[in-house]
Amino acid sequence: MSVGDSATPLGKARGLGSAREGGEHWLAERVTSAALLLLGAWLIASLLFLPELDRRTVAEWLAAPSGAVPMALFVIAAFIHALDGMKVVVDDYVHDEGNRFALNTLLLFLAVGGASLALFALGRIAFGGAA
Amino acid sequence: MATEPNPPQSRPLSPHLTVWRWGPHMLVSILHRMTGAALAVAGLALLVWWLTAIADGATAYTEFTAAAAHPLGLVVLIGLTWAFFQHLLSGIRHLVMDTGAGFELETNKRFAILTLAGSLVLTLAIWVPVLGGLL
Repeated sequence: MSVGDSATPLGKARGLGSAREGGEHWLAERVTSAALLLLGAWLIASLLFLPELDRRTVAEWLAAPSGAVPMALFVIAAFIHALDGMKVVVDDYVHDEGNRFALNTLLLFLAVGGASLALFALGRIAFGGAA
Repeated sequence: MATEPNPPQSRPLSPHLTVWRWGPHMLVSILHRMTGAALAVAGLALLVWWLTAIADGATAYTEFTAAAAHPLGLVVLIGLTWAFFQHLLSGIRHLVMDTGAGFELETNKRFAILTLAGSLVLTLAIWVPVLGGLL
């Protein structure tokens, strides 16, 4: 996810930092955090204000655009933010370049797979076949 | 490090947990990372399970709610609720610090303590009524 060339001049000149890059990554993490602040508040409030948490009530809530769209956005923002965050942890603690690449690739696959599963489930709830 | 050409011999290392006296700011910093990892792994796994169960049908959804209402499930859910609020409040603190504000020792410490207190209060505010309803 690119948000523009955001390395500081000093950082650019010295080429330092544990990952040798990351201005865009740093900024993207903050953009998704702001999105999750709003969407997370919406999710908690929705769960608290739903009359019941049985399957019918929850499915009806998520089938309507007012439920499906924010939930899809929450899923996307949450998985991008989680992947960005876990990459920072891996970059900090895994020093072998091969292991680091392998772990980051595994995390990418898990995030894309998890997000796809969640979005596909939302699609089934919203577009029938799940009733 | 071994793969870098001519690694400098005595570069400064990251501050190690064991050499510093613990303070609230330090606790909040490492909690931010731990709660983030917990939310990324357990939180998102639960989210996927929950949405898939809703889509799969009544049987799958009953399996999910049975696991969620199990004492162990409740511990996980309450723990993730606290992790969510701790990470959220600590994240707001980081956004404030990203602007260059709040680095004075006392202010920084106060914000750190506020995130700890806030996450506890918000978690209790959600779960005390819910658990009250279950009993």
